[in-house]
Amino acid sequence: MKYLGEHLLPGQLGQFFVVLSFVSSLVATISYFKASQAVLEEVSAGWKKLGRIAFAIDAASVLIIFSIIYYIISNHYFEYHYAWNHSDRSLDTGYLLSSIWEGQEGSFLLWTLWHGVLGIILIRTSGKWEAPVLTVVSLVQVILATMILGIHVFGLKIGSTPFLLTRQVFQDAPIFNQADYLTRIKDGNGLNQLLQNYWMVIHPPILFLGFASTLVPFAFAMAGLWKKNYGGWVKIALPWTLFSAGILGLGIMMGAKWAYESLNFGGYWAWDPVENASLVPWLIMVAGLHTMVVYNATGHSLRATNFFLIASFLLILYSTYLTRSGDLQDTSVHAFTDQGMSWQLRIFVLILVLPSLALFIRRYKNIPFIAKEENTYSREFWMFIGSLVLFLSAFFIIIFTSLPVINKIFNTNFTVGADVEFFYNRIQVFVAIVLGVLTAATQYLKYKDTSRKYFGKKILVPTIVALLISVAISAFGGVNYNQYGPGFLAAIHLAIFAGVYTVVANAGYISSGLKGKVRVAGASVAHVGFGMMMVGILLSSAKKEVLSVNKINPLNFGSESKEKGFENLTLFQGIRTDMGKYWATYEKDTSHDNGKIMYFHIAMESKDGREKFYLKPDLIKNTKGQQGFSNNPDSKHYWNRDVFSYISYADKMQEGADTARFKNNTVKAGDTIYYSSGYMVLDQVTLNPNDDRYHFKPTDTALMAHIQIRSVDGTKYVAKPVYYVRNNQSNYILDTVFSQGLAVGLSRVVDAQHVEISVKESSRLAPFVALKVLQFPFINLLWIGTILMVLGFAMSVGRRLNQAIR
Amino acid sequence: MDYLCTEHFDMKKLHIVLLVAIAAVIAVLVSMMGDLSTYETLASARQKEGKMVTVVTRLDKSVENPIQFDPAKNANLTSFHVVDSLGNKARVLYYFEKPMDMEKSDRMVLKGTMKGDVFEITRKDGILIKCPSKYKDDPKAAQNNLSQN
Repeated sequence: MKYLGEHLLPGQLGQFFVVLSFVSSLVATISYFKASQAVLEEVSAGWKKLGRIAFAIDAASVLIIFSIIYYIISNHYFEYHYAWNHSDRSLDTGYLLSSIWEGQEGSFLLWTLWHGVLGIILIRTSGKWEAPVLTVVSLVQVILATMILGIHVFGLKIGSTPFLLTRQVFQDAPIFNQADYLTRIKDGNGLNQLLQNYWMVIHPPILFLGFASTLVPFAFAMAGLWKKNYGGWVKIALPWTLFSAGILGLGIMMGAKWAYESLNFGGYWAWDPVENASLVPWLIMVAGLHTMVVYNATGHSLRATNFFLIASFLLILYSTYLTRSGDLQDTSVHAFTDQGMSWQLRIFVLILVLPSLALFIRRYKNIPFIAKEENTYSREFWMFIGSLVLFLSAFFIIIFTSLPVINKIFNTNFTVGADVEFFYNRIQVFVAIVLGVLTAATQYLKYKDTSRKYFGKKILVPTIVALLISVAISAFGGVNYNQYGPGFLAAIHLAIFAGVYTVVANAGYISSGLKGKVRVAGASVAHVGFGMMMVGILLSSAKKEVLSVNKINPLNFGSESKEKGFENLTLFQGIRTDMGKYWATYEKDTSHDNGKIMYFHIAMESKDGREKFYLKPDLIKNTKGQQGFSNNPDSKHYWNRDVFSYISYADKMQEGADTARFKNNTVKAGDTIYYSSGYMVLDQVTLNPNDDRYHFKPTDTALMAHIQIRSVDGTKYVAKPVYYVRNNQSNYILDTVFSQGLAVGLSRVVDAQHVEISVKESSRLAPFVALKVLQFPFINLLWIGTILMVLGFAMSVGRRLNQAIR
Repeated sequence: MDYLCTEHFDMKKLHIVLLVAIAAVIAVLVSMMGDLSTYETLASARQKEGKMVTVVTRLDKSVENPIQFDPAKNANLTSFHVVDSLGNKARVLYYFEKPMDMEKSDRMVLKGTMKGDVFEITRKDGILIKCPSKYKDDPKAAQNNLSQN
């Protein structure tokens, strides 16, 4: 059949460049390999030239593929499955980009794209290391290119191309029996609502740049082992390692910020396997970074450097496998599901892991080392210890993140218990203590040897200052997190000291050790940031507090009642409700984007009257094909705390009309009417009421019923519905008891004794929200610390780049 | 001679550090392993009453209204019915708001304790919900949706 209106050219072009990128990266790999192995200079130069051209073609192809996908998505060519599945017409530019990396293919492309950029820079800057380093980079490009190849070889599908047509994906759908099917596909499936957040426009590119950048130090280490030039690359690779650690760290923390701002688990870190999978390579990269500095200064730790840099990249590959193979589906909230590519991912990991580890093990003995080991009064000794601790910390995290894989291999069924956070925290708090103290003190040591007197004199003041500050925090800061007993609380206090110590000692070192020379202070700035992050994490977690404690509806859960069922407070519209030290009022809701987003205006007033602010958490209607809503938190930021809130439920989420009906009861005074959660008694009926609510005159004809209501939990309410006649028309005014979901009416006078009372039970009488409000003290320290740390990395990149060039 | 002595002494120091590190790793690993939980079925969870377990279940659609959540009265209790892969059934009490996409989930990993016939979850993150990802698992729905947009 000839279909009408399809735009097939972009797809054909795209597929051409997909294949071209595969072929050219293969050519680049072979050429660079030949260039590395060639003995004669001119032979090597010839191959190198070919390698450069091939690599440039590869990088350009990936860029073109990327642009074509963007073109298809932004023109809403829904004949392409990728556009149909990941975007719709309502998205603007930023989110159209997010649509590209919502899918696996797009995120692989983003990764390859960065490899291309980094590779081009390497071609221009790595000098004699170009050929072996680019061999490794090109090889990784070949393997990544197969992931989006989408061709069938001997019945085996290799990769999945982003240029598949919708009609190729759903071959049997009857809609494709019509030549003009495109006129019937009005819109795409849209982008997952949670990803429609500005952090999701910028976080993935940064994170993937972080992933991509780990390849460079790895490639240098591999090149060194391969060409038996074991330490010659360290100086020129150091800026790359710093760059990688800085960008990967930034990418991870942007993810944390996104989670904090748009997810509702109430925090920025949950030890989710997907988070762990990128944290672990970062920790090891930072370890490798420190041993590189040690090697540059002293010649020690070259073996460790090789190991850390190789492990960091291999763990990036492993984490790619973990998050994309579907193995994590029972342990992670946001892992990709399996797309039938697990086998290919496994090969992808093994094809790089096995040879690189084999090469490392074979060459290990030949890597030079200094027989005379480090002095304990030397900087390098403690830097090495710190790197070791970072590595061990990473090791524990990855072992338990890998439980699904371990279960698969050994046929076991282990899993981390219910309290995932404490499981990791109780180990990592000690890691934080050790790292904090090391980071604080080690800069005051000199390489090789330090006189005890010098060290003692220099470290004394920062130690005392840090002790004073942290004791003050511990004594007056109200850190009394005793949920896990006194041992863990003591560890938290120690870690607070360690964090403060890091900040104080490194800030002090800029003035006392570096004489205020900011140009060389990159490391100290990064360390100050790291210390601030530690303190921010400790304070915001240990002092995290639920503000929306539900005291009105204390359920009787016996001895454990304190821990159960109290975090959401139900607020009825317009009713000021007690929320601890605040009064909270759900004032109104406003809708935006044709009802797609609803903002709930919650007025928060402190009881002492000193602060009043609004929280505006929202609900977003899910994208097409998925019913329901996503909730999006809102926070009020103070310099020293965040008040964080989200809507757990709103009556507005119910769709359709209220189906509850009135039930009529003919009663006389003293009679009882039962409803689902209590009963009501008609006390009396009064004529022409004139009170604070109704103002009938003696000349009117109005009746008001006094009804006492008692709910099963013993609470008493009163309802006063009214029946009146005006202009020969009978009317009635309902009374409602929102918290019981009751509407009560006096609908008819039956006879002198009896009236008819109508009762409706419905959860939709009054607009209400179930709101959760949390308080995170000093969370800003975490964000400011992150910025400082990244700034410190950037300063160090600049400085080490100068050294490498010289 | 003096040089050799220092060398010997320092070598030992780093080796001691490594040994201590390895000992610490083993100790920590063993203690962490001890705190691991295991995947259970609802039936085997019943036999371990009161012990923290993890079960993989899905909503029991054979029950009328499998999810009960009445936020106007109590937004801090969600009660629902689940069934595991062996067909064992249980009622679950979850002391938090209903997760937004619970109705359409096809798989729920629950961490909690069995108390009598009721599975109780006392942590907000004690429930992990997996939804069929955008039509991948349901090509038919996707086909229908093609022309409805």
